[in-house]
Amino acid sequence: MAQSIGKSLLDKVWDAHSVRELPSGQTQLFIGLHLVHEVTSPQGFQMLRAAGLPVLFPDRTFATVDHIVPTASRARPLADALAEEMFQALEQNTAENKIEMFHIGSGRQGIVHVIGPELGLTQPGSTIACGDSHTSTHGAFGAIAFGIGTTQVRDVLATQCLAMQRPRVRRIEVRGQLGAGVYAKDVTLHVIRTLGVKGGIGYAYEYAGSVIEGFSMEERMTLCNMAIEGGARVGYVNPDATTYEYLRGRPYAPQGAAFDRAIEWWGSMASDPGASYDDVVALEGTTIAPTVTWGIHPGHAIGVDECIPRLSELSDEDRGTAERAFAYMDLKPGAPIAGTPIDVAFVGSCTNSRISDLRVAASIVAGRQVKSGVRALVVPGSEAVQKQAEAEGLPEVFRAAGFDWREPGCSMCLAMNPDKLRGRELCASSSNRNFPGRQGSPTGRTLLMSPAMVAAAAIRGHVIDVRELL
Amino acid sequence: MEELEKIEGRRGTGVVVRGADIDTDQIIPARYMTSIRFAGLEEHVFHDSRFTPDGVAKDHPFNDDRFAAASILVVGRNFGCGSSREHAPQALTRWGIRAIVGESFAEIFFGNCISLGVPAVTADPADVEALMDAVELDPSQEIEIDLLSMTVRSRAGQARVALPEAARRALLEGTWDAMRVLLMARDEIQATADRLPYVRGF
Ligand code: SF4
Repeated sequence: MAQSIGKSLLDKVWDAHSVRELPSGQTQLFIGLHLVHEVTSPQGFQMLRAAGLPVLFPDRTFATVDHIVPTASRARPLADALAEEMFQALEQNTAENKIEMFHIGSGRQGIVHVIGPELGLTQPGSTIACGDSHTSTHGAFGAIAFGIGTTQVRDVLATQCLAMQRPRVRRIEVRGQLGAGVYAKDVTLHVIRTLGVKGGIGYAYEYAGSVIEGFSMEERMTLCNMAIEGGARVGYVNPDATTYEYLRGRPYAPQGAAFDRAIEWWGSMASDPGASYDDVVALEGTTIAPTVTWGIHPGHAIGVDECIPRLSELSDEDRGTAERAFAYMDLKPGAPIAGTPIDVAFVGSCTNSRISDLRVAASIVAGRQVKSGVRALVVPGSEAVQKQAEAEGLPEVFRAAGFDWREPGCSMCLAMNPDKLRGRELCASSSNRNFPGRQGSPTGRTLLMSPAMVAAAAIRGHVIDVRELL
Repeated sequence: MEELEKIEGRRGTGVVVRGADIDTDQIIPARYMTSIRFAGLEEHVFHDSRFTPDGVAKDHPFNDDRFAAASILVVGRNFGCGSSREHAPQALTRWGIRAIVGESFAEIFFGNCISLGVPAVTADPADVEALMDAVELDPSQEIEIDLLSMTVRSRAGQARVALPEAARRALLEGTWDAMRVLLMARDEIQATADRLPYVRGF
């Protein structure tokens, strides 16, 4: 295939998937992979039925349950009748429409953004949609992956297409290297802190530079997962040898000679060296510290060695939200964030529940004890992660330290299952959103940080710089 | 496939919800979203401003019998901000709202309205205020939104309204439902799929 000079991956993928330009100026974009889960799909299927339409490409949609599954016991029927109803609706909708579903106990169930890559469904150069904002995760493979609303779930089921506006592309280069105790989560929080929670609106983020190129696929997923929290609906990393080695042999990846042909095409979809960008931002990896949020959105982030900002240090634009954040969080402006006492420690979510996350957290807690009074839990992202962790003896390490070891699912990331904060509890969390009420209590409080930092906070009972425990 | 309705305007009685920055959580609190259907959402529209925590009805236009048959909602600035949830316009349309006049709308909420065939038009603050006063004074009067002349008419008189041209055209031409528009290109969809190496299996 002849390579056009000077195109970004976004442009190449967009052009390859463009069905036609719509009168509105949007593109009718073909969606190569559609992932569905129990929360945002039932109304989509219902609207499709009401319109009397079939699923157009049933073999390009895959389903799993993740948001509402309990992590203590997953025996059916689920104790929560509403959760059971959603579960059954998904089973029925997928069976009726001949859509493959990864059931509990199949070895393939898990958080939708964890299992897509794990199964090799997520591939470079493709377009991916899912009714969940953190679909940007799949961009780690050089896919263009969008979170969509429920009516759009219906649109993809009926047409395998979306009406989309082509985003501009901002290249974010993270140069140099990261210090010990600094992880992909810190990089992604640092980017949001630097560019703002609205800075990415209208943009796709292309992450590049030596730090990103050196990242494993799991680290790239953590990074792209939170592109949306910076306002960018899409975030991606160009595919390279790391990407291909990860995909080799995965169940839904091409096999044998087809895999070699695939590598060739995947490589051709990466941004050209001379590609032009709408914006370029460079960050220095060595300046990034373990990062923690103090407020009510992921942009309220500071290095663990810094102090919570005072109102006077903030721009007029930020002050209103910051005032609400201080009132809600009850943390003191100008005080160091380290030392903030925590009630709950949560390692999990599609941001940080993969095997490498659990290994890092386990290495911190090994031989130590969770501070008394702290409720600590680890929720693996998928059945495959759970199995691998068991093979490595990680559950024993966590349990010995006083952590709860749970069954896979979204869990306390958004607490649509029984795992919830109570009252004003403050949670050190490896998830991606610290919005008021996000973790299940209308007054519950969330500090976002890396799994290593969560583990360290669990041990000490307060926020601490994980580098002290390395 | 049936043709989509061409929407040249809406007429009906009005209901006023005053205040700026009314977010999607106020329109439909998140706790009513854990359901597999949109049906029934209408009961909870504006729930927390309509009812006390014990479920006692408060003074609110959506509890007021004089507005029970209203189909045109009149609102203030930045209506529908907050989350992208489609439950908000769904709850409103299921309650009976078929058009909205406001000072301004949050972008995603606006897009969701159009894709449900609900014209969400903006007007000058003074005109919105006059319309609100008129509707509250006489809830039985007919309000007419005309997308051809881009005006709203009521006992308060006639005022100009605005709507982005792409949305206006989609409503007038009956192409406001993305699914129908996308499906018109069936052959091109298949052709695109056939061109993609990964869809073909490399
Ligand atoms: S883990 Fe959290 S962010 Fe990720 S898919 Fe589940 S609920 Fe959404």
